[in-house]
Amino acid sequence: MDTALKKSLIEDCAKMIIAHADELTALDQAIGDGDHGVNMKRGFESILADADALAARPLPDMLKAIGTQLVMKVGGASGPLYGTLFLTLAKEISDQPTSENLKAAFAAAFEAVKARGKSDVGQKTMLDVFAPVLAAWDDRSGIAAHLSETARQAADATIPMKAIRGRASFLGDRSIGHMDPGARSSSLLIATIAKHFGA
Amino acid sequence: MPNVGIVIVSHSEKVAEGAADMVRQMVGDAVPLAFTGGNSDGGLGTDVGQIMAAIDRAWSEAGVAVLVDLGGAETNTEMAIEMIDEARQKRIAICNAPIVEGAVIAATEASGGSPLDLVKQTAEELSPQ
Repeated sequence: MDTALKKSLIEDCAKMIIAHADELTALDQAIGDGDHGVNMKRGFESILADADALAARPLPDMLKAIGTQLVMKVGGASGPLYGTLFLTLAKEISDQPTSENLKAAFAAAFEAVKARGKSDVGQKTMLDVFAPVLAAWDDRSGIAAHLSETARQAADATIPMKAIRGRASFLGDRSIGHMDPGARSSSLLIATIAKHFGA
Repeated sequence: MPNVGIVIVSHSEKVAEGAADMVRQMVGDAVPLAFTGGNSDGGLGTDVGQIMAAIDRAWSEAGVAVLVDLGGAETNTEMAIEMIDEARQKRIAICNAPIVEGAVIAATEASGGSPLDLVKQTAEELSPQ
């Protein structure tokens, strides 16, 4: 994959998370410990500072380095969860990925995040964004825009859910009526990546 | 064989340190002990690198039992264990137990020379099955 494209992907993902840090924190304050925005911002600031060196690496190495930085910098549960996502993508993706390879890599990453969080679909987590995106992913033209919209709607769909995993689950029924912060950050990242592939 | 080591991982450094004080009061220096708490900014949270370092400080050839508090502490500890030397991984056990009581009872069990699986089991008897 082209270095300029990789750099632009890294910078846009990082800037998107940094720009939405306050919103993510506010979502997490409503139903969690209120650190999602600040934690993700810390991780992505470190990635942004390293964007040139990261983009110069082959795609799998770049993803591995990003995953490792997220694990080491983000803290909270989102560090190992997003770290696992990127570390698994690193293992599964080739340097010149086909659409098929990308989808298979995301499917493997989804399973790895599920195992890491001991969670599943329907528990008001980031998995509730990745599952519908994977299900909607096919070869039709304009798929990037469709996946971006699917992710946005899926994050909205976590609002009426009751949290079963994570700090939000301590609230029981009081977790209903708020968007899951991890679902929101996932949809932001998916929308940003999709934009680079024509969305 | 040396005694099993104990590691305490809390979101709060004060909680981790306080729990470690209670362990020391019970077992003195009979077990290797380390604690960590807080994220890399010094706020509440957990840090994979710090957890790896704590496991290293409390390392014992008999293994290490880790007590954690809430969600992210457990997930980050699992991540830390995966990033540690493979030969050590099998000798590190996260105990599903309340952090303070679990640390004290695990350390007490360890101080009598019990193996890692028994230290873990004794701590986990505190949790409802």
